[in-house]
Order: sequence, then C-alpha cells, then structure tokens
Amino acid sequence: MTELSLETHGLTRENLLAIDYFLRLTRTLEERLVALFRQAKVIGGLYRSLGQEGESVAAAYALDYKQGDVVQPLIRNMGSILVAGAKPSDIIKQYMAKADSPTRGRELNIHFGHPDRDGFIGQISMLGDMIPVMAGITLAGRMQKRNLVGMAFIGDGASSTGAFYEGMNFATVQRLPLVVILENNGYAYSTPTAKQSAVKTLADKAHAFGCASEVVDGNDVLATYAAAKRAVDRARAGEGVTLIEAKTFRIKGHAEHDNQAYVPSALIEEWSAKDPVVRFEKALVDAGLAATSDFDAIQARVRSEVDTATDEAERSPMPRPEEAALGLFAGDGYWGKG
Amino acid sequence: MPVTTYVDAIREAMIEEMRRDPRVFLIGEDVGSYGGAFKTSAGMIDEFGPGRVIDTPISEVAIVGAASGAALMGMRPIAEMQFIDFITCAYDMLVNFTATSRYRVGSSCPIVVRGPAGGGTHGGPFHSLNPEAMFMNRPGIKIVAPGTAYDAKGLLKAAIRDDDPVLFIEHKFLYRRIKEDLPSEDYVVPIGKANVRRTGKDITIITWGAMIYVADDAAADLANDGVSAEVIDLRSIIPFDEEAILNSVAKTNRVIILHEAPLTGGAGAEFAARIAEKAFDYLDAPVKRVAALDVPTPYSPPLEAAALPDKARVLAAARELLRY
Ligand SMILES: Cc1ncc(C[n+]2csc(CCOP(=O)(O)OP(=O)(O)O)c2C)c(N)n1
Repeated sequence: MTELSLETHGLTRENLLAIDYFLRLTRTLEERLVALFRQAKVIGGLYRSLGQEGESVAAAYALDYKQGDVVQPLIRNMGSILVAGAKPSDIIKQYMAKADSPTRGRELNIHFGHPDRDGFIGQISMLGDMIPVMAGITLAGRMQKRNLVGMAFIGDGASSTGAFYEGMNFATVQRLPLVVILENNGYAYSTPTAKQSAVKTLADKAHAFGCASEVVDGNDVLATYAAAKRAVDRARAGEGVTLIEAKTFRIKGHAEHDNQAYVPSALIEEWSAKDPVVRFEKALVDAGLAATSDFDAIQARVRSEVDTATDEAERSPMPRPEEAALGLFAGDGYWGKG
Repeated sequence: MPVTTYVDAIREAMIEEMRRDPRVFLIGEDVGSYGGAFKTSAGMIDEFGPGRVIDTPISEVAIVGAASGAALMGMRPIAEMQFIDFITCAYDMLVNFTATSRYRVGSSCPIVVRGPAGGGTHGGPFHSLNPEAMFMNRPGIKIVAPGTAYDAKGLLKAAIRDDDPVLFIEHKFLYRRIKEDLPSEDYVVPIGKANVRRTGKDITIITWGAMIYVADDAAADLANDGVSAEVIDLRSIIPFDEEAILNSVAKTNRVIILHEAPLTGGAGAEFAARIAEKAFDYLDAPVKRVAALDVPTPYSPPLEAAALPDKARVLAAARELLRY
C-alpha cells in the first residue's frame, strides 16, 4: 500500500475514475450538443456548464441511487443526471426533439426523468419551483419509510425567488432529508450575484430557515463531494436540510446566443485557470492514484459512447403531429398505465 | 340515512378515503389540531396523526409543490387552501408544474387542491373568489364545483381517486346551509357528468356551485308563470358535459348560463361559444349569460348583493329570451 497524499473521503480509485468519467462525459456531450446546435439539429437553447461540471458530478456522486435517492438538476447540471444514470442518447434526443426521446418531443433538454423510476427529476423553467417539489418528494419518501435523500440544485439567481424561500422553509420545518446545492456561478444571465442578494455569502440564507449550511469551492471536486456526502449522511440520519453554497463560475455565456460581453475577461481567465476537471486529474496524478493514460482511456470511451449516442439520436424520427393532442390526462392511455 | 351538511360531506369523503387508501393525506394551513379554518378537517388529526394531517407554514407554493412532489412518488395528497383565493399564490406551481406533468414528461401527478370559494358571505375582495375560469385555459387540471352535499362527497372521492390533478371548488356559503340525507355506503360522482336538477322544455339554465339554488328559485317562479325551465347543474367544469348541454339546448332552444364569477372571460363564455358552434340551428334566441359584475367582489352587503347574480337577473334574462 502506498500512502495516499490526497484525502479522498472514502472514495476508491475506482470511484475516482468513475467521477472522472462523468466529468469528461459531461464536457464531451455538451461539446457534441454545441456541434449539433450549430448544425441546427439541436432545436432549443443550449446552456453550457463549462467550468462547473465539477460540482454537478461530485455532489450527485454522494447520493445512493439504489436506495432511491433523487437528484433534481437545473439546466447547468446535466452532469448530475448522468451520474444518476441518464443515457446520453436520451439527452441528445431530448435536445433534438425526437419522437423516442423520454418526453416524446414534448419537453426540452434535460426536462425529463421520473423521481421514483429514474432517480432524477427534470425541472420546469419557473426557477425556484423545484425546491417545494423536492420537499414533497422527500416527504413522500419519509412517509413511505424508504430512507431516501433528495438533492436539489439551485442557482444564485433562482435563490432570489419566493418558491425557493417557501420550499426551504417548509423542508427545514419538516426536517426533510434534502440537500440543496446553491451554485454561485457569478452571474444569473447578465446579473451579477451582488445584484441578486445582499447577503455576504449565499449560504447565509440558511439563517432564514434554520437549516445547516456550508460553503465549498465548487471547482474542487473532492471538497464538493465531501461536503455533499456530509449533508447526505446528515439527511439520511434524520438531521434535516443542508444548504451548500458551491462557489464556481460560468465560463460561457448564459446560452449559446450570449457572448457575455458583460463579464470582465479577467474573471473568465481567472476561473478558467481553476478548471475543475484539470484540477481533479492533476490531483489524482500527483497523488499517484492515476496516470494520464487512464484519462486517455476514459476519454476514448466517452468519445465512442457519445458518437454512438449521436448516431442513435440522429436516426430517430420526429414525432407524428397527430400525437400533439394526446397524453394530457390518463384517460387516453397515451403514456401507458399510471 | 344520516343528515349531513355540505362541509361534513367533504370531511367524510376525506376520512373515508384516508381509511381506504394509506397513500391519501391532507396538507394545509391549520388543518391539524385546529381542524381547519372552517373545521372541515375537525378531528382528523386524532384518527390519522400529524404524519397524515400535515400543518404547514403559510406557504401556498410549498403546499401545492410538496403535494405535487409527493404525488409523483405515488402518494395521493389533498392540498387545502385556507381560502381558495390563495390558490393565486400557488397558481404558477399548479398550472406550470402540476397540470403539465403528464403531458410534458408522462408523469402522473394526482393531487387534489380544495378550498372554500365563492361569495355571499361578505368576505370581500380576497375571500370570495370563484377561480374556475383562471384554470380553464391551462390544460391539464380537472375542475369540479359541487353544489350539493351528495355531489361534494361523491366528487371529492372521485377527485382523490383520479389519476390526474383536480381543483375541487367548494362553496363556503353552502358549508352549513345545505344538509342532505346521504347514502351510508361508499359512492362516487363521476367527474365530467352534469346533473339535470329539473327537467323542462321552454328554457335551459346551465349553472353550478351555489348558483344552482338561484336557478332553482328562478325556475319555480317561471313555473308559476307557466314557463317550464330545465336546470342543469354542470358540477364539472373541466371536463364538462357537452352532451348534456347540447341535448338540453336542442330540447328547449333557449339557454341561460348562470355563474357567480365575473362575466367577461368567465366559464360561461366557453359554454356559450360551444353552443353557438354546435347547436346554432337549435337556438331560437341568443345565448344569455347571467354572471357577476366585472369587479372584484365588494365587501359591504348591498354592494356585494349588487355585484353577484341573483334570481331577479335570471328572471329578467329568461323573460327577454322568451320574447323571441
Ligand atoms: C421564475 C423565472 N424567471 C425568469 C426566468 C428566466 N431565466 C432563465 S435562466 C435565468 C438566470 C438564472 O440564473 P441562476 O439561477 O443564477 O442560474 P445560472 O443560469 O447562473 O446557472 C433567468 C433569469 C426563469 N427561467 N424563471
């Protein structure tokens, strides 16, 4: 046994390489979506998580999906649902609005997933609304004695909404097993965090609810995992809600159309140098836990999986227009039973 | 057959459904030990405990949102709005999350949102709402509005058992004014089926909620004048019983739509349009709507009475139609 120079918080080498796989899968899949977007094959908007993949993947990796845990991403947390088991081909089909996408062409991007069946639930666009919904999901889990934990992602901007406050307050009062990752990525569309909230640091919002809180460097994969794992363990032990502020940065514009002229280039340079994937891999190499060849092998696997998924999605048909009227209520059986 | 008030019919429906199905629970403000602002859930916490009769903070978004999340996980939540007016605070959650869930992503989200609605109790602008129209144009949520104790119990049971979200509009003016002999055995009233309260051949009055009694009174007066009025209690607004409406219009050739919500953009506009589209040939007179004035419901009794529809206005409308 070589002595580890890196605190890995109980993660084995296998776990660490799995995390690396999800980090690279997230980045590569997004790059593929950009290419498809430029070919006008991705129809809706495209919102990158470049530079933030670390916290999405690391936090979601702290959940136990076999136990029934549920993660709820926002638009920049595609990495979290890949960890939960979402298929890249399903994600590409969603973006391409295909008939055999999980929502059969009704919904956009990563707005899909059933909490019970899939271990993740897609958001609706109304920011903040998923916090009360996740409170209900974890409430049901407790009523059903399933000892499951929920994890909700929310942005610095979305944490200004009333729904966020109502959901956090209710979940805390009820001591629900909920972990909320508040990703402070500097901007909400064009609005800097200082114009969203006057608190010194966003984790201070926890004082309004009385829940536990923590601030973590969201670009430090292992630190984010550790903070999330502590919160998940607390939640599972019945100790209630934790609000984790993950400090990170949005390297790209709000969406593909946005050149983010409003962001000082010095900030982008500063944060690009703190890239979470590069940092994580360097730490593993420095600690002797992995070699560059491991990452090359992971990248080759990721590329081939994304290629296969793209081919599958490109071959899929578009929905038939007659289906537009179906599936509103249970009665027509469009979605099968239930 | 025990005599049951409208409000007790609602409580009995909840209790019987909670006994029948462990997935059913009640969530809302002051619903626990206090038993609800109108005592609709009185005593329920004693039988089911605080785990199934859940008191919440004053957070309508959280109530509807948490109910929806729990429903996705297989539960059957009943979310109470202390007054239905406060549904507007959770409007976003209900129309955007809950109502769209099945259509968007194929996820069944069977919650019931219920609460005291309607005017006539001097509740003023914020405690008198009739909310049906504001949900009709947001597909994905069923809407029922019982006017009798029998229907309140049977429709609430149907709503709880339904696989889709249901807005259950209970009229607080009726809570303790209406008492009926109810069957002691289990029954449901199917969602989407109207009830013909009174058959007639000269004119149809289509209505629901507390207005069914205004329609009854008007029909009795018309009978004294030798006019035979048919009264249709729609009971369900979404889906609504188009067949019952069209059949009656085909028979009487004259129709009044009576509702307690304001006239413009009210549910009656939809029914009138449907009749114009599908029964034009049967009409001997224009479709007439009798509804509240287009104002927030005022507080002072003379103002409130002037704002809400009443028998005199129904009779005036009927006489106008009978002149054709
Ligand atoms: C209630 C609501 N208002 C406005 C929007 C439009 N909108 C979409 S994303 C966004 C910015 C979100 O910022 P943040 O929550 O910080 O997340 P980020 O985009 O930085 O990941 C806005 C304003 C929305 N989706 N929902």
